[in-house]
Amino acid sequence: MLINKRLILAHFWLAFAVFGLALLLGAWQMFERSPLNAWHLDPEFYYRSVTAHGSVMGYVFPTLIAMGFGYAITEASLERPLIGARWAWAGFLLVAVGAVVAMVPVLLGLASVLYTFYPPMVGNPFYYIGVVMVVVGSWIWVALMAINFVAWKRDNLDRPVPLAMFANVAGAYLWGWTAVGAALEILFQILPVALGLRTTIDAGLARVFFSWTLHAIVYFWLIPTYIAYYTIFPRAIGGRLYSDAMARIAFILFVVVAMPIGVHHLFADPQVGAGFKFMHSVFTGLVTLPTLLTVFTICASAEIASRLRGGRGAFGWLSALPWSNPIMLATALSLVMLGFGGAGGIINMSYQLDSTIHNTQWITGHFHLIFGGAIVIMYFAIAYDLWPHLTGRALDSFGLMRTQLWLWFIGMIVTSFPWHYVGILGMPRRMAFYDYADPAIAPQAFSVSMSVVGALILLTSGVLLLIVLIRGQMAPRREEGAYRFAVAVHAPARIPAALNSFGLWLALMVGLTVVNYGFPIAQLMVLKGTNVPAVYVGAAQ
Amino acid sequence: MSEQPLFSVRNPWFAASVGITLAIAVLAALAGLIWLPLAQPDLKLTGIWDAICSAAGVPRAAREQPSLQPTFKTSTVVMTPAMLRRSDPVSIGRGATLAQRCAICHGPQGVSDANSPNLAGQYAAVTYKELNDFKSGARVNAVMSPFAANMGNQDMLDLAAYYAYLPRVPSDRADTNAAAPPIVTTGAPMRNIAPCGACHGDFDTKAGSPWLGGQSAVYIKAQLQAFASGTRHNDISEQMRNIARNMTPAEIDAVAAYYEAQP
Repeated sequence: MLINKRLILAHFWLAFAVFGLALLLGAWQMFERSPLNAWHLDPEFYYRSVTAHGSVMGYVFPTLIAMGFGYAITEASLERPLIGARWAWAGFLLVAVGAVVAMVPVLLGLASVLYTFYPPMVGNPFYYIGVVMVVVGSWIWVALMAINFVAWKRDNLDRPVPLAMFANVAGAYLWGWTAVGAALEILFQILPVALGLRTTIDAGLARVFFSWTLHAIVYFWLIPTYIAYYTIFPRAIGGRLYSDAMARIAFILFVVVAMPIGVHHLFADPQVGAGFKFMHSVFTGLVTLPTLLTVFTICASAEIASRLRGGRGAFGWLSALPWSNPIMLATALSLVMLGFGGAGGIINMSYQLDSTIHNTQWITGHFHLIFGGAIVIMYFAIAYDLWPHLTGRALDSFGLMRTQLWLWFIGMIVTSFPWHYVGILGMPRRMAFYDYADPAIAPQAFSVSMSVVGALILLTSGVLLLIVLIRGQMAPRREEGAYRFAVAVHAPARIPAALNSFGLWLALMVGLTVVNYGFPIAQLMVLKGTNVPAVYVGAAQ
Repeated sequence: MSEQPLFSVRNPWFAASVGITLAIAVLAALAGLIWLPLAQPDLKLTGIWDAICSAAGVPRAAREQPSLQPTFKTSTVVMTPAMLRRSDPVSIGRGATLAQRCAICHGPQGVSDANSPNLAGQYAAVTYKELNDFKSGARVNAVMSPFAANMGNQDMLDLAAYYAYLPRVPSDRADTNAAAPPIVTTGAPMRNIAPCGACHGDFDTKAGSPWLGGQSAVYIKAQLQAFASGTRHNDISEQMRNIARNMTPAEIDAVAAYYEAQP
């Protein structure tokens, strides 16, 4: 049952609205730095746009989806109203206002520091204050998820927490802890400089703090997608989830090992020792486990559905799947992109292979394929699945949905595959201008142009998404019944306490953080002479 | 649900998860902090503790080597946000009085046709830095160096505030329709030259970079040539020397003519 429908709808609508704007900026950026564009602008505009695109797509859009979906899961899976709905609205407002506060200085050119902050660059303080407001708003959500989880458990001592809620709380706890790194960086390193209290900054330490957030934030983005895989996909295709326990273990593994691995983003940074880089690399390798478990479980669940529908043979069952169902299509396309993106990720996490692609366009291609592709396409699926229950109106433009999903998939492949390729050729990232007339990079011109075509396809898909959702909002009223999640083949009646609670896993998460981050952070805090003068962005305006 | 205590070695979930995590962490630490560094002969480690310290990133004292000092003085000015603050009227008034003796070259209103820099409307941080550099000897000029030699810090602040206060006057050769040359709009990335306009006006300004609009072309060209040859060397971190060295004579001419025609 969904009670606070307006709350959830508000989150989704704001998320997709800012997503549409940021998508437009993204497509413009692809064109701007391509050989199709005769260069005529100040590079400053490009960096403004990249900062806005990254901040919205990285902080605002997925956070709103995770929050809105989290509230929906709480009410639908626990089958009772959300505790703290007023606080939830307060969190939503904080995120919305924070997004505006952060974006105004960016659009004015006062904070073109990119969404990863990049100290010693320092921009207008309101940019960072806005980002902090977004994070604090999301922390309200984290607290509400924990409170609802604990309250339900207290009232239902003899029942396991529904899988969707368990996974949702795993994502909330992971985000709560992983956002601490960026918060420390902003509050103790960047804001004092941005406010003019200090003029130097320990860029190395700030980068280590940001790496604390930077990798696990991806898993925070990923968890709604995985929840959709496990709890929406099997039900939507008329099957059952292969294993409830396997799903819980996958989410637990994310909680434990997704966070203390961020130093693999700092392989080229001198301030972290090679030994700790190796340890982070090892744990990054471990984080492939929950994804491999997931791929297996989801494929097995699909096979169950197919065989129930009469599918036969070793591979023949694939054709018996309900391919016209948008959730089926989205999940399959998502898994394909996850496969390519994941393979690329394994290259990034290994020290030697990373050195060939570090800071090249490969990285940008990689995270667009994983996040923009595999993850975001499931956000669309979640919206399509939830929409009729939220609006109380029919959502049946299935043909349009399929077109939208296919276009997103094709667009993302056409954008990101050439992007990876030019990265291997050595094209650096975070640059506004490339002189394609130079013989050294002239061969990259075709691939970069291909990416522009992909970006336009993605933009078309984004427009279709909004059309589908708006049509759903205007369709005739229809009663959809209660919102249900997938049922496991063996529904859990009794499960071990470890798979029904987070105490042990949170202890391991914090413990591993201390082991993997404790010494590098402590050492940089003690070392003298590591501060450098801040570079003020837009200060002269 | 299970009544078994969660945090107990008798709980198999606890024992297994903590045991496996610890084992992986210990093995990773042994490999990363001891085995791998010792396997690299180039590191010239003296033992296990040395290997651990090296791999953990503990800085090791570099061998004492005399550092190379330039044969000339470099700028000691540090750009801080305080330089961007607006000055008070008293400072501007004092600056106006002091500026009487600058007028012979820089004009009574901060503008002149003598091919010396037009100072009217120039950023205070820029004027202040140049005066400092003339005083310290980081920048040398037969006319300016003696003037600056006897100035106190407050004098320089006041002069900078006064000239920043004066309105900019369009050049006699103003031509706002002149097309910006590529070096101003795009720079030359393959030669490590950022667009001039990204720091010196037209698109954006950066703290400490002078506004070039309306400056004499002769002056701009002479300064770029001085940066390129190294006779002028008061640019912080060699920013302008690195750029000017890589510019072609044609580009220098184009930039000089373009900025002279700008407001």
